Amino acid sequence: MVDALPPPRKKHPTRRTRVPTLPPMARSRAALFFTAYAARGELRLQHCEECGTVAYPPRDICGNCWSSALHWKPVAPDGVLLAETTLHTSTNIYFRERLPWRIGAVKLKNGPVVVAHIHSDAEEGAGVRIFARTDKSGQGVLFALPAEDTENMADDKALRELTCDPKHRRVLITDVRTRLGQSMARAALDAGAAKVFLGVAETWKPFQDQEALYALANTEIAPLDLADGASVAELASSIGGKVDILINTAQHIRPGSAMSRRDVVTAKEEMEVNFFGPLRLLQALGPAMRARGADGANSAVAWVNCLSVFALSNRPSFGLTSASQAAALSLSQNARSEFAGSGVKVINAFHGPLDDEWSQQLPPPKVAPERFATDVMRALRKGLEEVYFGEIAQDIHERWREDPAVLERELTLTNLMD
Amino acid sequence: MSAGHNNRHSYDGVVAAAPVTVPYERFSRESAHWWIGHALRELGKGAGVTAKEIDGLSVSSFSLFPDTAVGLTQHFGLSPRWLDHVPMGGASGVVALRRAARAVQAGDAEIVACLAGDTNHVNSFRNMLTSFSRFSQDAAYPYGSGGPNGSFALLTRAYMNTYGATRGDFGRLCVAQRENALTFPHALMKKPLSLDQYMDARAIAEPIHLFDCVMPCAGAEGFLVMRESAAQAQNLPYVRILSTIERHNAFPDDPIQLRGGWAMDKDELWAMAGVAPDTIDFLQTYDDYPVISMMQIEDLGFCAKGEAKDFVRSHDLTNGGSFPHNTSGGQLSVGQAGAAGGYLGLVEAIRQLTGEALGKQVKHAKLAAISGFGMINYDRGVCTAAAILASGGVDG
Repeated sequence: MVDALPPPRKKHPTRRTRVPTLPPMARSRAALFFTAYAARGELRLQHCEECGTVAYPPRDICGNCWSSALHWKPVAPDGVLLAETTLHTSTNIYFRERLPWRIGAVKLKNGPVVVAHIHSDAEEGAGVRIFARTDKSGQGVLFALPAEDTENMADDKALRELTCDPKHRRVLITDVRTRLGQSMARAALDAGAAKVFLGVAETWKPFQDQEALYALANTEIAPLDLADGASVAELASSIGGKVDILINTAQHIRPGSAMSRRDVVTAKEEMEVNFFGPLRLLQALGPAMRARGADGANSAVAWVNCLSVFALSNRPSFGLTSASQAAALSLSQNARSEFAGSGVKVINAFHGPLDDEWSQQLPPPKVAPERFATDVMRALRKGLEEVYFGEIAQDIHERWREDPAVLERELTLTNLMD
Repeated sequence: MSAGHNNRHSYDGVVAAAPVTVPYERFSRESAHWWIGHALRELGKGAGVTAKEIDGLSVSSFSLFPDTAVGLTQHFGLSPRWLDHVPMGGASGVVALRRAARAVQAGDAEIVACLAGDTNHVNSFRNMLTSFSRFSQDAAYPYGSGGPNGSFALLTRAYMNTYGATRGDFGRLCVAQRENALTFPHALMKKPLSLDQYMDARAIAEPIHLFDCVMPCAGAEGFLVMRESAAQAQNLPYVRILSTIERHNAFPDDPIQLRGGWAMDKDELWAMAGVAPDTIDFLQTYDDYPVISMMQIEDLGFCAKGEAKDFVRSHDLTNGGSFPHNTSGGQLSVGQAGAAGGYLGLVEAIRQLTGEALGKQVKHAKLAAISGFGMINYDRGVCTAAAILASGGVDG
């Protein structure tokens, strides 16, 4: 059993912040497929199309029949921990700082033997559940959990290195004027966040359910207008070193396409919030978070972007919002490359139409903001980097994975959505 | 698997001679080229051969990059007509020997210099681990970066669980090797080791503790392969090659490594040599970890599978004992000079069989088994090899 993680003590102001170090990042190209699936929380291994062999480590040729037709397919997580060891030495600084460290050899029920990090409650000879996730270097690794959940399981030291658990962490919600932002704040508190900073633009202007929100314990109002560089910089100077998880809930979603609008005013507003907003946040808050990626039990861990799934492919009736979301998605990739090496994960949480005022005229299914917020917390607890919530987001993502060019035709030439 | 030997040619008429060891150092500022070059110089001096006479070269090294054996020909001023690079770690010695022997036997070369060496800068070991192999890079090193300690800890644990071997059994082997090392001048470990000290050592990767691990160091080893008649003409003491085996990636379906390729080929090894395990005067196993030595004792047929624990309990493994094993102290006590570790047992065996031991001489040493094991490519050692050697000598 893992001891419950105690709330971290207040950091001594004169103590040096530990510089983030990384587990090994070098991988072959084939292994990057494993990483890409791991970032989505998928456990996939190469399956030989010709002979069915499940291969690991990632390779280019089947070791059984020499075919190169190796496809990444899901495998069952069940396995048995054949042997385990506790490392007391390591040649890598990241692991040296975290010793002792347990690893094991796991025989997958429907696959080969894999080396994996193992949970403290996983026992030699017993069943385990394997999952794939990205580690602090951003590369995919395997982790073995005990077959059944155990007490305080999520507080395991090695597991917490892979996850972005809000427990005991400080969370900034960039915009709580909306139902989405408010749901996110409540969900973060429910997930055990030590504090939630409530980002509010133009604090003098009241908004719906404001009093109930402000009355919540462990919250602090954070004046923040994403469209105003000075406001973002001011917030960064006051709480920049205290944000462990940033969730950007600010969105400007409006119907309209290029020729249905007469000017670029609305498009500029969309870009202002959806693209320049997160850009300002990155420039003001990113460096501080990047420096705190290994700052104790409540280190900076996650940068969450709430994105419309139509960032992947343009939805004509919301054509310019889609364009700004696509820009935001591209920006998130740039951010991921800049956070690489810090241990902070960039998480893209994609959603279909939310059940809010700006999607009022859209037919169901729509995603309830409360539901989306709890799903984002689940993604953080799991340490996923890419998640698709709700039927529409998942459907669009599946089609996009199958063939982006076909999806574009489906969205523009058929009435898939509109 | 023993059917093969009937088709195999003997190594009659080819011998190994002129064993050299460049004394090991814990750390060195010099390059692998320097170390291997020194071994070559010792070979030349000891055997009285010149660069012109050496027409074959076999090299094993981890730290030569960006060079291979090719670069060394120009560096050393050699013009060989037969050139080999053997990247097989702990199996390199036996593999170099058997390849060179066939080259000499076929007349492709007259005198082959077999050389292995590595330097050890303060950061060599870590650098080697990070880029050791693709599978290791992708699927082993990211898990704690314990290097071979982590991989061997897992298979040692599985071996102990399966066969009931204990740390004390591994300790018995390590303690005996240390006793052998105390008379071997090149051993880096100079102090006696007691079983209590072994048992009390700090954990490295459980169940592996400090004295189960080799100490990386710099060093080089070498020997010559030539015609028996040439060795006699040069008045060089030599050993004859009775048989050899080599196998890679044996038993890939074993979920965890409890045996090596020797188990596939041991019948052929003994049949080709025409001798039985109980006639062997001493054994040199590849001892990167004691569990691997125990596996070799079993898989080469000195006892049944899983019974090495009883074997080490019932034998005195020192040079004066009932079953001399790793007579120079092995890598566990001499140090692991990279690829030279794959030569250590073979070079020592040539010395013992020719009566030229630098440490305590095994009495009546006429017949030896030498075994190699190399390259943890992912979760297990891939390369295995073994040879049976017999005393030759100038007087036949």
